[in-house]
Amino acid sequence: MYKILKKEKLNEAVELMVVHAPFVARSCQPGQFIILRADEKGERIPLTIADYDREKETVTIIYQIVGYSTQLLSSKQEGDTIPDFVGPLGKPSDLKKHKRVLGIGGGVGAAPLYPQIRKLHEMGVAVDVILGGRSKEFIILDKEFEAICDKVYYATDDGTKGKKGFVTDVLNELLNEGKEYDEIIAIGPLVMMKAVVGITKPKNIKTAVSLNPIMIDGTGMCGGCRVTVGGETKFACVDGPDFDGLLVDFDECMRRQGMYKEEEHSCRIGLGGK
Amino acid sequence: MPNMSLKKVTMPEQDPNVRNKNFNEVALGYTKEQAMEEATRCLNCKHKPCVSGCPVNVPIPEFIKEVAAGNFEKAYELITSENNLPAICGRVCPQENQCEGVCVRGIKGEPVGIGRLERFVADYHMQHAEKKSVQITKNGIKIAVVGGGPAGLTCAGDLAKLGYDVTIFEALHALGGVLMYGIPEFRLPKALVEKEIETIVDLGVKINKNVVVGRSITIDELFEEGYKAVFVGSGAGLPKFMGIEGESLNGVYAANEFLTRVNLMKAYDFPNNPTPVKVGKKVAVIGGGNVAMDAARTAKRLGAEEVYIIYRRGEEELPARKEEIHHAKEEGIIFKLLANPKKIHGENGWVKAIECVEMALGEPDESGRRRPVEVEGSNFIMDMDTVIIAIGQSPNPLIRQTTPGLDTHKWGGIIVEEETMHTSKQNVYAGGDVVTGAATVILAMGAGKKAAKAIHEKIQSTMNA
Ligand SMILES: Cc1cc2nc3c(=O)[nH]c(=O)nc-3n(C[C@H](O)[C@H](O)[C@H](O)COP(=O)(O)OP(=O)(O)OC[C@H]3O[C@@H](n4cnc5c(N)ncnc54)[C@H](O)[C@@H]3O)c2cc1C
Ligand SMILES: Cc1cc2nc3c(=O)[nH]c(=O)nc-3n(C[C@H](O)[C@H](O)[C@H](O)COP(=O)(O)OP(=O)(O)OC[C@H]3O[C@@H](n4cnc5c(N)ncnc54)[C@H](O)[C@@H]3O)c2cc1C
Ligand code: SF4
Ligand code: SF4
Ligand code: FES
Repeated sequence: MYKILKKEKLNEAVELMVVHAPFVARSCQPGQFIILRADEKGERIPLTIADYDREKETVTIIYQIVGYSTQLLSSKQEGDTIPDFVGPLGKPSDLKKHKRVLGIGGGVGAAPLYPQIRKLHEMGVAVDVILGGRSKEFIILDKEFEAICDKVYYATDDGTKGKKGFVTDVLNELLNEGKEYDEIIAIGPLVMMKAVVGITKPKNIKTAVSLNPIMIDGTGMCGGCRVTVGGETKFACVDGPDFDGLLVDFDECMRRQGMYKEEEHSCRIGLGGK
Repeated sequence: MPNMSLKKVTMPEQDPNVRNKNFNEVALGYTKEQAMEEATRCLNCKHKPCVSGCPVNVPIPEFIKEVAAGNFEKAYELITSENNLPAICGRVCPQENQCEGVCVRGIKGEPVGIGRLERFVADYHMQHAEKKSVQITKNGIKIAVVGGGPAGLTCAGDLAKLGYDVTIFEALHALGGVLMYGIPEFRLPKALVEKEIETIVDLGVKINKNVVVGRSITIDELFEEGYKAVFVGSGAGLPKFMGIEGESLNGVYAANEFLTRVNLMKAYDFPNNPTPVKVGKKVAVIGGGNVAMDAARTAKRLGAEEVYIIYRRGEEELPARKEEIHHAKEEGIIFKLLANPKKIHGENGWVKAIECVEMALGEPDESGRRRPVEVEGSNFIMDMDTVIIAIGQSPNPLIRQTTPGLDTHKWGGIIVEEETMHTSKQNVYAGGDVVTGAATVILAMGAGKKAAKAIHEKIQSTMNA
């Protein structure tokens, strides 16, 4: 059993938890994730490790409440326990000692982006970040990013913070201004990552993305998380979740991610969820 | 005077047309009387060929004699002196190739129903015996076991009986390996697997679930933490794909994913259990082994109207157990033999049809089976909603990638010394599917036993030195 030591609401749809998980905390690296089950019958859901403390043996997760399992997780309080919490899973991000890197975080994607950007900052790399969200309330971790980045740009759908528009609008502006980046790390919804790559691919700018296909075991056993990268089949849970964005088949990813759309819906109704 | 009936006492089964709609166990097991009657068919042979056919040397004639006399608890003790998981082996061992395959009674007529009797004894014990607390003197020596499948469980159980302080590290949230996530409920009820595992845990084995060795902790780190030996029983869980067009369409599953969703995550009881699975009206399962049979029979139970087994060789070559093929046919699974998939056709991103080519059997190949060759121009297309790929698994690369000094074959299997199961790395032992590639429960258990014995001998010899 894994104890929830802290729970915090970041906005109406996103929450943070600090969980006591010694085996995960002892060795995890930026880019890795965990899989948890919120109760004894629960689905196995993957979440990125947003932060960790080796001494206190804790791991921080930041999750968006989107469906049944994340709602169930959200019903837990400080002091409660999570029955299963396994990790770290996936390969650590391949962070290089570049001169300048641009991070792009869409919505809750800011959470998995943060440990990577912080590590780069610690390595002496200059980092800029673009954060995007529906509106001001949906921007998370802005203070944390501002503390380590040279510049943090914002884009909101309604213009309540930063530019009115998408993160890609800001990206275009930066590139048009002549800003140069050795690498771009984009994490967010698949549509966002696809749009980013749509801009960076013609310019041949190295772009790392973090894929989030539907997973079960997270150990390479089921093959459900397969993605096509550079024409090859990869298992996101063991070969990723980070991949070279210029090589990813995003349309296939999006299609596979929607495989259980109907069931997810009926599941929520069936169980009287919101 | 032994019972000279040429046939085994029939074991009651659920009717095929009832059972192909539920997940309850197919074979219902012997009653006391049926078991005692079947036991009288054993000739109590002096040279015991059956025992040499059993990978863990269960004292077969001895236990059967006790069954015939109605001493079921005594029979249980005899079986469990060699076999920690009798309720499981009695159900899933390929007995026709092992103990029963060499039974003298099989020369003329059917062999003694050794598996059925083993199953009966184990089930009887579970229903009747009081839980006895075992007294073991602990020696305080720490041993780590990687993987909670049959190989790891057996190794852990044997070492715990000898007093070692054993910890199992298991990646999933449940122990049992393939017994939990692969073999379906209707063949091996999960409650029973849990009970068998409990008897091992009761020996004082510590369980660390949700730990992926290689990621959460490495084998070298286990030694740093004071473990004196490590047994690797991580299985062969990595599914193979065919590399044909259309394999990433929605509706294409690896058998592992399909079976895990249904068995481990209980998708058959969705939405009571929130993990979903998709089965359309028409399902194609590619492959001809036990895994393919399980996937096909599972799909049928989930409501598929037509379920096909597509296999590139002939009936004779099907690698699945005879009993499984027989059960699958009874349940209405359609066998499309001598057919090889070439492409999966899609529509709007979902499976629409499967295209196959007919095969003919040519000359025998290295494996002694006749090599299938494509019949040119014989391509045909069948409409499908779901395609399940069951063409084999190989060992997961994680452990070999994170354990320097551990030698493996090209195909991924860990290399061991036959006698001791010792690997190329000091004090690291391995056994089960991770060494042999996908094999059987009982071979995995046999390997776990062998390793336990070797670990014990090695530790004793270093202590006495
Ligand atoms: C490697 C990885 C890291 C992730 N990190 C984060 C994170 O840090 N924060 C965060 O909020 N979300 C993260 N996700 C997504 C998160 O796992 C899903 O939001 C969650 O599983 C949804 O479950 P649900 O039952 O609440 O929603 P549902 O109603 O079941 O599904 C909503 C959507 O979530 C996705 N989803 C459903 N089940 C799974 C599953 N088992 N695995 C993956 N995706 C699924 C599907 O796209 C689905 O359409 C990550 C996913 C992956 C694969
Ligand atoms: C569908 C199906 C049907 C079968 N039917 C039969 C049958 O009828 N009869 C028969 O005899 N055999 C059958 N088999 C084969 C049999 O189940 C296997 O040979 C046997 O389970 C192998 O045992 P094992 O202990 O080596 O590995 P597994 O049972 O595979 O167990 C390995 C365990 O290790 C864990 N693990 C893996 N990597 C790590 C890691 N890095 N860290 C921690 N834990 C890890 C896994 O999660 C798993 O629990 C079947 C197999 C399948 C898939
Ligand atoms: S363990 Fe398997 S092979 Fe051995 S006697 Fe029992 S059923 Fe036969
Ligand atoms: S070979 Fe058959 S008949 Fe002979 S002892 Fe073994 S089970 Fe009995
Ligand atoms: S989640 Fe099962 S193989 Fe990746």
